[in-house]
Order: sequence, then C-alpha cells, then structure tokens
Amino acid sequence: MNVKLIGEHKKDSRACRDGLALTLNEMMAEDKSICYVDCDLMGCINTKQLMKNYPDRAFEAGIAEANGAGVAAGLAATGKKVFYHSFGTFSSRRCYDQIYMSAAYAGLSVRVLGSDAGVTAAFNGGTHMPLEDAAMYLSIPETTVLDPADYDQLASITRQLVNVEGVSYTRFVRKGIIQVYGEGSEFEIGKGVVLHESDKDVATIITSGIMVDESLKAYEALQAEGINVRVIDMFTWKPLDEELVIKAAKETGAIVTAENHNVTCGLGSVVANCLAKNCPTIQEFVGVQDLFGQVGPQDYLMDVYGLRAANIVEAVKKAVARK
Amino acid sequence: MNEKNVKVLAAEIRLETLKVIHSRGFGHVGGSMDLADLMAVLYGEVMKFDPKNPRWEDRDWLVLSKGHAGPVAYATFGLMGFYPMEEAYTLNQPGTKFPSHTDRKLTPGVDLTTGSLGQGVSTATGAALGNKIDGRDNHVFCVIGDGEADEGQVWEGFHFAYAHKLDNIIYFIDNNGYQLDGPTDDILAHGSLAKKAEAFGLYTQEIDGHDVTAIYNAIQNAYAKKGVPSCIVLDTCKGKGATFAEPKHDHSSQPNEEQWAEAIAAAEKALADVKNA
Repeated sequence: MNVKLIGEHKKDSRACRDGLALTLNEMMAEDKSICYVDCDLMGCINTKQLMKNYPDRAFEAGIAEANGAGVAAGLAATGKKVFYHSFGTFSSRRCYDQIYMSAAYAGLSVRVLGSDAGVTAAFNGGTHMPLEDAAMYLSIPETTVLDPADYDQLASITRQLVNVEGVSYTRFVRKGIIQVYGEGSEFEIGKGVVLHESDKDVATIITSGIMVDESLKAYEALQAEGINVRVIDMFTWKPLDEELVIKAAKETGAIVTAENHNVTCGLGSVVANCLAKNCPTIQEFVGVQDLFGQVGPQDYLMDVYGLRAANIVEAVKKAVARK
Repeated sequence: MNEKNVKVLAAEIRLETLKVIHSRGFGHVGGSMDLADLMAVLYGEVMKFDPKNPRWEDRDWLVLSKGHAGPVAYATFGLMGFYPMEEAYTLNQPGTKFPSHTDRKLTPGVDLTTGSLGQGVSTATGAALGNKIDGRDNHVFCVIGDGEADEGQVWEGFHFAYAHKLDNIIYFIDNNGYQLDGPTDDILAHGSLAKKAEAFGLYTQEIDGHDVTAIYNAIQNAYAKKGVPSCIVLDTCKGKGATFAEPKHDHSSQPNEEQWAEAIAAAEKALADVKNA
C-alpha cells in the first residue's frame, strides 16, 4: 500500500468512472485475455472506448443482464478474464442466480461492476438505488466485495481485480465525488486503511465509499470537542480485514460503522459478525435503516437517510456513552 | 457416418444410462433416455474430444443446459473412456463426482455447470464467443429442454448469439412434449418452438430426434451455414427405451426392482438386436 490521504473535502474534477474506464483501457492493451461485457450502459461509465479500441474483446449484451452474466461466465470458461458491468441494482438483482450458479458455484471468475452505489443513484431514484447489492454478493461463498471511496482507490482496485479468483463485486460512483486520496495511491484488496489513530482513541469509525469523507469530517468535529477516534477505510467488505477490526475494538472499546447501504446486511453486519465471534464490542450502525431508496439530489438523500458526519458524531457519542 | 456403429453406441448409452440411475434407484430417466441418439451421433461421429485431456483447448464443447439429463452424459463419457464406467454408478452418493445435475468442477467431460434452467444457454453462448475470439476451429453443442424453453433466458441467449453472428454454436431443443407437471401444451403452450427459434434469426431445422442419420445430416447442414447460429429441434419421445418410463413420459421415475430388472433386460436385448441387425 502507498496511501496519500488528502482529506480536504474537495470535489474531484475527475469523474470517478474514469478511474475505472481509463484503467481498464490500459489493462486491455497489456493483457489480451481481458474481456468486457456491458448491458447497454457503456455510455454511462465511458467504456464505449473499450469497444472502439478492442472490438473483439468488449461486447454489448444489451438490456439482458441475466444472459450477459452467463455469457461472462462462459467467456471465463474459455480462459478469458472478464469484467461485467451494469448499474448496481441490475448487476446484483437482475442476474443473481446467473452469477451464483453459472459463475461462482461453477468456479469461474467474473469481475462484476455495479455503478451508482447506494444513494449516488440520486435522480434515477428508488428503482435504481442499490442498497442491498453488496448484501447479495456477501452471501455468495468465496466472493470479494468492494466499496471504493474515490477515483484513485477505484483505479487501484481495478488493477488488482484481474488477479482476484472467483466472483468479485465492486460498487462504485459514476460522477465526480470528494477526493479522499492523492493521485497514484495504491491499496491492497483485503487490507483496511487506518486514516487516523492515536493512543487516546475512545472509539473507531469503520467506513467505506462515500462515507469515508463524512467520517473524516466527523473525526474533525470530534477532535474539536476533544474526543479522539480512530478512522478506518474498510473498502474491502469481504474478505474482511478481521485482524484490524479486532485490534481497533480491543484498543478503543467501541465501534461505529458508516455505510452507504442497508445496515441490516452490509459493512456493519460483517463487522458485527467478526466482533461477536472474537471480542464482543459496543457497536452503532450508521447507514440506511432498512428503507427503500427514493429520488432526489444526493445531498438531500444523504440528509434524509442519515449519512452525514453529524450522524456519525452522534453515533460515536452514543457508543462511548454505552461503554 | 457409420449408421450401425452409431445405433449400437446409442443402445449402449441407453443401457448404461439405466445402470447409472439404477445405482441410486431413482432419477431423471425420461429426459436422459431421449437424448441417447443425439449423444451417440455427437460422441460417435461428430465431436472432437480427448478423454485423457477433457479440457483440451480445441475440443468441441457439450453443454447440457437441461442439467438434469446428467446421467446420459455420465453414461456417454464413461463409454468414451473419460473414466471407468463403474465410477458413474455412484450417482448422488456422498462425495460422488456424479451429481444429478452436471457440474464442471466434478466430472471429467462436463464443460459447464448447469441445473438452474436456462443458464446453460448463456454460458454455452459465452463459450462460443470465447472460442471465436481465439479463432478456434470448434463448435459448442448446447442441449435445451422444451420445458426449459419457458425460461426467458433461453431466448436472451439466442438473441445474443444472433446479434454476434456466432456460427460456431448449435442449440438442440429436446422437444419431448413433457415437463415436470405434465405435457408442455398443458403447462405453458409454446406453439412452434422451431418457428420461434427461426424468428430469433437462428438457422432452424426440425427433425426426428431418434433418427441418427437425420441428426448427423442436420449437424452437417448447420456447419455449412455461415454467419448465423443454428437450432435443431429434436422431436423426441421422453423416456425412449426405458420400459417403465416411455409409456408415461415420466419426468423422474422411482420404479421398483422388478421394473428395473425388466428395463435393463429390455435395454440389453435392444443392444443385442442392433448389434445383430
């Protein structure tokens, strides 16, 4: 890992999807076995360039996600390293049985990409808002589940995905979002990133995706009140960096998870599972509280669903008070 | 094509399919037995394969999208030398390599995992695409049940194969007229499967699925057709050659030992008859 934390809460001028598309373009130039299958959403994540540059290896499956997932698995059976994309709602719910049986159960590696993670689906609304996508992939054996925070983290993950065996699911944001990390930052799938820590920490915030920036803001607000907390970017939800979670729980005694996903079956749940088995610890869950998505600007949705630094601050104080 | 040899192989496949299922006592007899003639043509005359190297890159692929027909594949692969035939008599036993539905991780000769119906169409299509990318001179043979064709995914797969001009795949539809709950016409009538496949842009033929020469010729016709995928609708009799299953077109059978003995004896006699013909 080579992580440069910026954490200035400034919006990145680069669209997050390009962290994926440009990286894939470079990878396909180097490795002729990489194939790309999309379900009529190339235009949304700037991957039409792949079909232009590699017409024999980048394909449209059309608006038929189930078949597209099966085609991806079939390509994998012939030795191809396959990436498969649709919106997060459709690359989970519309092709779940196909990814489960044709790919995962069959031992074939498919790298599933789900765009518009959680409330970032914004103006496409509740029908297109994946708040359970990661849950579905978490429950398939031997999968890797990822929720990157920004452009550079997505690019770094994408470069590694090609070597990840089995089914992986990466939920990501299409548009320009807050830049958390400096250009060229490198991450290791399966390893959480400690963004702040001290020997005075009274709680740990474990987070990922768009909630990393909110967690950093919460850290600053708590610091101003004299409350020290640890902050961990746990962009790999599965396999979970259990060692880091257990260490944080033992050293700080309280955990707050913050996720852009339904809290009943997401990052908070996998952390809770780990803690219950290893060192039962007080935990508070920031995230979507078992609700459906809805239409609206992302800022509005983050307010409505309680995905703000203020919600994390409140959760930290509640967790500490429960000690 | 040596018609007699293929007919002998078909009779051997039927006998061994019965023995494989009998080893467990129950299973999908009907939908396995009706494919024996197709399997005999494919493995006796048409397909390139290497039993010692089942994942040989230039092989032809078989995908039983109707994965419940596993026993007919296990019988065929055993006869072709992928493993000693006796190994397949462990069907569905604990730790077996021979589950009800075909599994690429377990059984030598199985190219893709199937069971959840419709999915083999897409994976077979993806494999055909992968083979085409690599310029391999081979074909993918995908076997679909007529009941299975209720699944929309079957038609999504055809659509994709047509759009991508995959002329290295042949879809067979095992048109035996029955599915689990009864005749396909009563459950969810298809109308003409051949006309529907044709409307999806596939070069489509409909033939007697128990006529080995007709099957062989239809495959040669498909090979000659460039730029489009092929579909061969096989009109078959579910349970063909299993004395207890054929009259009722059983989906899955649980015959008693007396019925098993009768069926195996009849299959042995059928084999002897075709050898002596």
